[in-house]
Amino acid sequence: MELLVQLGIFAVLLLVGLVFGRASEKRHFREIRRREAELRDVLVFNERRPPHDREFRQATLVVGSVVIAEDYFKRIAAGLRGFFGGRVTVYESLMDRGRREAVLRMKEEARRLGATMVFNVRFETSSLAVDGGAQTPMFSAEFIAYGTALVPR
Amino acid sequence: MELTNLEAVPGRTIVRHLGLVQGSTVRSKHVGRDFLAGLKNFVGGELRAYTELLNESRAEAIERMVAQASAAGANAVVNVRFATSNIAAGAAEVMAYGTAVVLE
Repeated sequence: MELLVQLGIFAVLLLVGLVFGRASEKRHFREIRRREAELRDVLVFNERRPPHDREFRQATLVVGSVVIAEDYFKRIAAGLRGFFGGRVTVYESLMDRGRREAVLRMKEEARRLGATMVFNVRFETSSLAVDGGAQTPMFSAEFIAYGTALVPR
Repeated sequence: MELTNLEAVPGRTIVRHLGLVQGSTVRSKHVGRDFLAGLKNFVGGELRAYTELLNESRAEAIERMVAQASAAGANAVVNVRFATSNIAAGAAEVMAYGTAVVLE
């Protein structure tokens, strides 16, 4: 009986993760594509030196960051994948989402300053273990993108 | 105080180097946030409370770095870098470091 209840809880969590997790990921990706198109004119470089033939009025550090967590379905899927080996697509999309969101937030900050370019962009990723109330912590990660926003004269 | 992660501030000359300055802070999320984040974890997606927390921490780390730089007599910090590490369950360290300089 107890086993059945536990199995039931597992199935419900899996389903919640699959349905809501996937829906929210899809929504997020749509949002990301829309904002990427909007912010296309803020140019981003990981080049260390800005061009010498341009004059800039202001150079300011800009940072974008986001914390994204996995859902229950991703966790189980990744666990299974870990058993067989190979590409863990459920996490690939999570990392992609996080990093693009961080870049977008950095670009939004640059846009607010009136900047047209961001130079020397660096990424930083760190995983944060969040206790999901269950025995083992769920995976979540913080993504940071930062660089120097240049406001033209 | 000018902050940049470039090696120099475009259009300005560095007249003095004052060495490495750094600031850091360790923060933990409070129980309410952690509980909500725990619930959110089944659905996945952005954990806004944590994003905010880490942003506040970063602002604090920058502030401390800037305080160190201005104590040394700098008016800019160049080559700024960030680092985050998860030092214990529920606590994260955010660090900012860079080179304090005097611009002309």
